[in-house]
Amino acid sequence: MACFLVPTAEALVISAVKKAESVKEKKNPGASGEAKAEKIPFSRKLSWLTGLLWGGAFLLAFEHVWHGEVVPFFPFLTAASNPEDAAEMLHEMATTGVTMAAAVTVVWIGMLAASAIIERRARKAREAKEGA
Amino acid sequence: MTLLLTVFAAVAATVVWYKKDQDGSMKTSLLCFMFWGASIMWLVDAVFEYAELGAGYFTPAAADMLNDAFLGLSVIALALIVWVAVLLIKDPKGRVKGVLFRKKS
Repeated sequence: MACFLVPTAEALVISAVKKAESVKEKKNPGASGEAKAEKIPFSRKLSWLTGLLWGGAFLLAFEHVWHGEVVPFFPFLTAASNPEDAAEMLHEMATTGVTMAAAVTVVWIGMLAASAIIERRARKAREAKEGA
Repeated sequence: MTLLLTVFAAVAATVVWYKKDQDGSMKTSLLCFMFWGASIMWLVDAVFEYAELGAGYFTPAAADMLNDAFLGLSVIALALIVWVAVLLIKDPKGRVKGVLFRKKS
């Protein structure tokens, strides 16, 4: 009914956090040279999450338009026009919507773990090269 | 069916990103994010539906399956249109700029 609104809300919050993080990173560039090349900035990692959330929510919004659940006139959500449907919509947002947002975040955490392994391998390779 | 088509599109986009877009100039990562994001969300939706319908989830009516397939293809078309629009607006290889500012001899 409107489950895509929960990932959209998360995408909005994460986009703001990403913006703040990239401003912080520009002020404090940190490492330089090869060490910098093998360290992925956190703002870039956050952009993976915003990409998944915005992309997924956009295509889900289209699905809701397809099914007539989102309309281009007030109140925009057909379920919001009467209290019974609105209650059902809120229940769906609290269950399916929240699980959707959580699932995308869990996948992103998996991506962070994979990128940490790749970063560690690159650092070890550089250290081995420097040691030789 | 929508989930299935989106997952296939996500895998295809990821393969193209891995093999053909090393420098990221073709912006295929945008397609990957859209398709994978939607796939995860529809997977959650499918799990909830399965919990409600049980085995009946896997035996949809022919009309529902056709509608879902049509929706899946439309979703893929929409994502491709968004990707092409972003590619032309960002114009990483300068092709659009080259055409627009080309001087006639």
